[in-house]
Amino acid sequence: MSISIEQLAKEFEPLAVKEMVQLPPAIVPKPAPAPKPVAPKPAAPATDGAATPAAAAKPAAAPAVPSVSSPAPVAATPAATPKPAAAATPKPVAPAVPPAPPPPPPKPVQIWKFEDKGLHLEVTVEASKVVEAAELMDRHGYAIDAVTGMDWPKQDLLEVIYDFLHFESGLRVAYRARISRKDPKIATISKIFPGADWHERETHDFFGINFVGHRDLSPFMLPDDATYHPLLKDFKA
Amino acid sequence: MNIPKLIPVGDPAAETFTINLGPQHPATHGVLRVKLEMDGEFIVNAQPVPGYIHRMHEKMGENRTWAQFLPNTSRIDYLSAMTYTHAFVGAVEKAAKLEVPIRAEYIRVITSELNRISSHLVGWGAWIMDLGGFTPILYAFDDREKILDMLEEITGSRLTYCYYRFGGVCDDVDEKFIRTAQEFVPYMRKRMEMYKKLVTGNVIFRKRVEGIGPISAEMCRQYGACGPVLRGSGVKYDVRRAEPYSIYNQFDFEIPVYYECDSLARYLVRMDEIEQSLRIIEQACAKIPAGEIQGKVPRVLKLPVGDTCFATECGRGRFLVRITSDGGEEPYRVRLRTPCFTNLTLFEEASQGMMLADALSLMASLDLVIPDIDR
Repeated sequence: MSISIEQLAKEFEPLAVKEMVQLPPAIVPKPAPAPKPVAPKPAAPATDGAATPAAAAKPAAAPAVPSVSSPAPVAATPAATPKPAAAATPKPVAPAVPPAPPPPPPKPVQIWKFEDKGLHLEVTVEASKVVEAAELMDRHGYAIDAVTGMDWPKQDLLEVIYDFLHFESGLRVAYRARISRKDPKIATISKIFPGADWHERETHDFFGINFVGHRDLSPFMLPDDATYHPLLKDFKA
Repeated sequence: MNIPKLIPVGDPAAETFTINLGPQHPATHGVLRVKLEMDGEFIVNAQPVPGYIHRMHEKMGENRTWAQFLPNTSRIDYLSAMTYTHAFVGAVEKAAKLEVPIRAEYIRVITSELNRISSHLVGWGAWIMDLGGFTPILYAFDDREKILDMLEEITGSRLTYCYYRFGGVCDDVDEKFIRTAQEFVPYMRKRMEMYKKLVTGNVIFRKRVEGIGPISAEMCRQYGACGPVLRGSGVKYDVRRAEPYSIYNQFDFEIPVYYECDSLARYLVRMDEIEQSLRIIEQACAKIPAGEIQGKVPRVLKLPVGDTCFATECGRGRFLVRITSDGGEEPYRVRLRTPCFTNLTLFEEASQGMMLADALSLMASLDLVIPDIDR
């Protein structure tokens, strides 16, 4: 039947990347309902991530300094307030982060608990080895579930995510590959899994990823004259 | 008299011609276009062209909060909306580690299964209508009406339910609903007998579906087909068993499987699934405990950073939600993998060499809902 997830992880090992940057935490959350001039400020403490206690300590000290330098700046306060306010606004945001313990950076080959992630195995493979990975999945009798993309403009990366499932054992495996956002090119796996044909075409529609060897990448879900890729983060309607 | 000359057509046996099926055609159940290359009455190549009602739900997910996106999920497949909201709610609950009270889980199972029956009834009636029989859809809609009335009473909507909430359901069910559901079970069983006499045994129907549109298990695997299509090809896969969610593992029900791989097998799977759903409803109504219907959910919901997948078995197959959070109040990415999309991918290969009328029978057996393909 199917091989165990540990064995499969071992077979994925040569295809996986050697080291990788953890993507999501580097993404700066949008300054949601905060006043407009504050916008660039919360970015700074948020990027620290792990160093939140230090970030929280800074704003506490900050208001003391201007009060010493100018004893009664009545007229100056409106101009001065944005800074303490900016430092104060991330405060309610900052305490919300620590309760969730910082997750250990995921390994290139990561076995998950199904209850936590809805996945058994997740692998980050070299972009040049997606076809080999698909062959590996095919060899072990996995069925294709979905292919999709993900945009990381800050890191200048695009990700392609391949989902697979096994009918008999119910195992779920996903592998992902990272490609440059400037020249998004990756080999097609539709020769191995014909079901990937439409998924890849849709991913090309939404992200502009060029699946090399794909038979037809003309607009699929989008109108025939579409030249835009709506799921890119910098897309403006 | 001046008789016009015939236009020379060359060798008619060697020529193919292209016709359009749809985008407005009753047999496509919505706005789906199929570009057919025909050799006489036989299909050389059939290329589905979806996207006519594409709404970009995935982008919508990125510019609203988790809770605000919830109503969107019931607009994907409007015939089994409960199971679709269940998948999204389940994904968020899994990521945020929210507890769901046991009574809410029972309510979810009952309403999901009722919704599955109503979805299969539409699929059944519409299928027979595609094949030329008009009566069954009227019976099907009559029975479906009973389910819709039941669900309308507790959810407030007839099709696009937004009844499930993160951590529970939005409103409790009363005794009357449970009683009506319990009464519905024997009623529907009696109707199923009638359906079998009316349609399943009908010789005209059998000739239109038996041996038509073979889809092998291997083809299902390569294309990622799911739901009744997969189970009609002899693969015993049901998300409710393979990736158990909610409290489905506490119920006693079978996964109907047929090994004939033809349209009839897919038909029989759906008919049997109605009976299995009735069994689940019967058990759930008997065992439903009293208690809370809504767990504790933070007012401002922020999910931990990372990906979470959650799949449910919908009327038409496996619906997978893959959510990505960057720790903010809004999703970073919502991926919706829908069953009709993957089931339609295999149509091009499966329909090769078929007669057009048979291909329509095959397409009806896939039970397509177009907004589910286009999203």
